Amino acid sequence: MKISVQINGRTYEGDAEPRTLLSDFIRHGAGLTGTKVGCEQGVCGACTVQLDGEAVRSCLMLAVQANGRTLRTVEGLAADGGLHPLQSAFHEAHALQCGFCTPGFLMSMDAFIREHPDADEDQLREALSGNLCRCTGYLGIVEAVEHAAREMREA
Amino acid sequence: MKPSPFEYRAPASVKEVLPLLGLESSVLAGGQSLVPMLNLRLAQPELVVDINGVAELDYIRADGGPLRIGAITRQVALERSELVRERWPLLHKAIRFVGHHQIRSRGTVGGSVAHADPAAELPAALIALGARLHLRSSGGVRALDASEFFLGPLYTAREPGELLVEVEVPKQPDGAGTGFAEHARTHGDFATAGAAAVVAPGGRAGIALLGAGPVPVRAEAAERALAGGAEPREVAALAAQDVDDEHRRALCTELAHRAIEEAMG
Repeated sequence: MKISVQINGRTYEGDAEPRTLLSDFIRHGAGLTGTKVGCEQGVCGACTVQLDGEAVRSCLMLAVQANGRTLRTVEGLAADGGLHPLQSAFHEAHALQCGFCTPGFLMSMDAFIREHPDADEDQLREALSGNLCRCTGYLGIVEAVEHAAREMREA
Repeated sequence: MKPSPFEYRAPASVKEVLPLLGLESSVLAGGQSLVPMLNLRLAQPELVVDINGVAELDYIRADGGPLRIGAITRQVALERSELVRERWPLLHKAIRFVGHHQIRSRGTVGGSVAHADPAAELPAALIALGARLHLRSSGGVRALDASEFFLGPLYTAREPGELLVEVEVPKQPDGAGTGFAEHARTHGDFATAGAAAVVAPGGRAGIALLGAGPVPVRAEAAERALAGGAEPREVAALAAQDVDDEHRRALCTELAHRAIEEAMG
């Protein structure tokens, strides 16, 4: 099926079999390899992107379902070349080692903090529970997200 | 880890969906359970009927009567609904335990019910609330009590040609309190067990357990005991009395106790 998807402000057109996952279309069809594919069963959160502003698992959607919709991936986070507050905070707080899980964390938490600008640490930790990291540990991530939430609130 | 090939249809109305349903087709709602099953090839339907474009099934309304939730309503819409939070707070409490926010953004109310995982939160909450489930097929419509709908793990009274179209939750008695408690090793994972309770002044109660067996169960003996004036601890033990495994029974007793205490405020 022919599909057309708006990703980070640009239109990507392509052919997708019904069974093609959105995560695979993003990486192979659109060539945006910032989005990572981990478990392909909705558990790890590495493939999280934003669909019309909401954080979603791209491995749990078919590419054809995104036809005509608007997506944002990690490549769309840094506006005008400057890092997004979450990206700077992850850098500062050493909230990543290998970085494989990072795009999913960023896209999840950007959506969450925009909806819950006043979230406290417990709420942020709960929101983080939908993304797994297996090398850094979560303390740096929690610290980075708290810092970024403050920055985003004040911005 | 990729689905096997299937034919795909995305009709825009219930009328167009119904003739496509059958043993060889799967209904794709939010996809948060079906797509993992497709990816793992645990499900290999010939036809996937995507109902995300069926806008007539996307609503939450009450109009002074029962709460009516269209089957394709996103879980996040239920979570954000002021109407639900104020008048059916048990659903608001339960929905926040469903998966993670990135799951609830796609997952649907109807999908969670029709998928019928015995550890799912919404089915137990709906049983405690005395909900009715409305089904449509080419042959007509019917409604079932939520407590009659679940027949086994991932197995319900829905016939292959039927579509779950609406969840109807009756008005709750004035002054009714609600409680929801569950235990999961990690927040957002499927719970090991949980309990939902609604208690009206005078003791009329709805109590249901999740993760207590092959289906979510209504604890009728416990409801009767509570109405008869029994203490919460005793009611909770009755709620869990038929749970098989000793550890799970202890867990269900404790969670039922917390839910009932919360409901009784």
